[in-house]
Amino acid sequence: MTTITSPIKVRKKPNVAAHVFLVILIVYFLLPLWWLFVASTKDPQGLFTGTGGALWFDKNFNLLANIQELVTYKGGLYFRWLGNSALYSLLGGVGATVLAVLAGYGFAKFAFKGRDFSFAILLGSVMVPLTALVIPTFMLMSQLHLTNTIWAVILPSLLSPFGVYLMRVYAADAVPDELLDAARVDGSGELRTFFTVALPLMRPAVVTVLLLSVVGTWNNYFLPLAVLSDQNLYPVTVGLGGWQALAASNNGGGTSLYTLIVVGSLISIIPLVIAFLSLQKYWQGGLSLGALK
Amino acid sequence: MTHPAAVLRAPSRRRNLRRPWIGWLFIAPFGAIFLVFLVAPLAYAFYLSLFSKGLATGTIFAGAGNYIKAFTDPEFLSGIWFVIRFAVILIPIQMAVSLAAALVLDALTTRLSRFARLAIFVPYAIPAVVGTLMWGFLYSPTFGPLTDLFKVVNQSAPEILSSGNIFGGLLNIVVWQWAGYYMIIIYAALRGIDPSIYEAARIDGATPRQIALRIKVPMISSAMALILVFALIGTLQFFTEPQVLRPISNGSITSSFTPNIYAFDLAFRFSQFNYASTISFSLGIVVFIAVYIFLFASRKRRGGLS
Repeated sequence: MTTITSPIKVRKKPNVAAHVFLVILIVYFLLPLWWLFVASTKDPQGLFTGTGGALWFDKNFNLLANIQELVTYKGGLYFRWLGNSALYSLLGGVGATVLAVLAGYGFAKFAFKGRDFSFAILLGSVMVPLTALVIPTFMLMSQLHLTNTIWAVILPSLLSPFGVYLMRVYAADAVPDELLDAARVDGSGELRTFFTVALPLMRPAVVTVLLLSVVGTWNNYFLPLAVLSDQNLYPVTVGLGGWQALAASNNGGGTSLYTLIVVGSLISIIPLVIAFLSLQKYWQGGLSLGALK
Repeated sequence: MTHPAAVLRAPSRRRNLRRPWIGWLFIAPFGAIFLVFLVAPLAYAFYLSLFSKGLATGTIFAGAGNYIKAFTDPEFLSGIWFVIRFAVILIPIQMAVSLAAALVLDALTTRLSRFARLAIFVPYAIPAVVGTLMWGFLYSPTFGPLTDLFKVVNQSAPEILSSGNIFGGLLNIVVWQWAGYYMIIIYAALRGIDPSIYEAARIDGATPRQIALRIKVPMISSAMALILVFALIGTLQFFTEPQVLRPISNGSITSSFTPNIYAFDLAFRFSQFNYASTISFSLGIVVFIAVYIFLFASRKRRGGLS
């Protein structure tokens, strides 16, 4: 009987209406991706007047040639952007996660003066729209001559109040006080207790926060757009956005830029889509952490 | 090291109170970033907003002058008005889509439903810039399928990026981008409900529809509240999607379309940094107050965030 593991399955008849609804959702959510894939295989001519219409392949299959053009265009500028995105999101994401894990553990497992007050401040800061900080951060950075360096993107990405909140909520439940006390009794120092006892128990939340902050930095547009002016430092989001503006401003001359934008967009989404698909079992539970409390 | 006997007498919490610096040590690295990249920019923006800079006058103290200017500036107000309207229309649609998808996915365990869960979520992993670029192409009469589609019924395709349709065009992009993320949050909350409650309801004669609406939805209300807060904060600071569509919008996205676009243009096109800081700071305050009011109102009914 399946009812024991999942009582919802009791209804034996496959629910047709529900499945039709799901198919509609699948088509809607995958349609742009299908378009992107099809469009990446077209030459500049086919992109405008393809033989199969917008949602089907053209008679010429040009994917490899498009990628080749992307590799050589302006000395491989696009792949430099891709590398920058990877660098910013790895350093920013890992850094933000480390800070959030430490702070969340500190808030959850230590009683100290001012804890409740500082946690209240932290919760309040979750409500501050981070993009409202971009222009002030830019001006602060330009005072310190940090604009137009990689640090102008990475350092502000370390700020993740929501990550700290998630870690605190998770650590409070997942790490029993008795276990920490037992480790202390055995003579383990606080740092060692953290690394050997607490951290392994917090792993699902760590993966979630890491994924969220890597995605946040990878997808960020406003901050790098504001603080970077050197093309060679752009992440892929700012680079593609710039190409789009360029292509739109000189029609005709921008024609071949459109194929680069399309195939560049396709390549840029592959790493994160793979990361999400392969780390499913972690984030599916973890994303709801904040909601369960 | 502390003698074991001492530990037995004093509970861990009290023992930690005697060494308060340990807790702070764990929080310190984040605290430093918090001060430098949140508190300092806010303070600096506030400081800058108190001054104004003119070619003839130089930098002079303006007091509340910039704020009076901002809250009577039709461009800033129209941007605020736009994001509020956008939030009011977007959020119910987005909640309905993600809730409906989550309820259906929770009730099914077929291969199709597992695939649908991933398909709906995938847009979250795609940068807003790329998502917007794709939809921009799909909206375009030259690149997209609309021209061919409308040719079938002998109509010309609508210009989605025209000033009359851009609202809907943006709405679609944001729903597409975020519904999956919200769906996963709701779905996980649904999975967290003890199934024996459904069993009890069924014995009492509840239909699947009643179970969904009377039991599941009320039990995930804190997940819904969290989503609402996320959506509200995200929408009020709307920037990326309109900014990316701007070059192809033929002027229907103006330089004061949203408050963030306005602040960006003031700073980087017109070098009015003092006024741009005022706009940023005002936007921050508006969002903070809006979210605070919402949380306060919802906390009255249940315990909201935290």
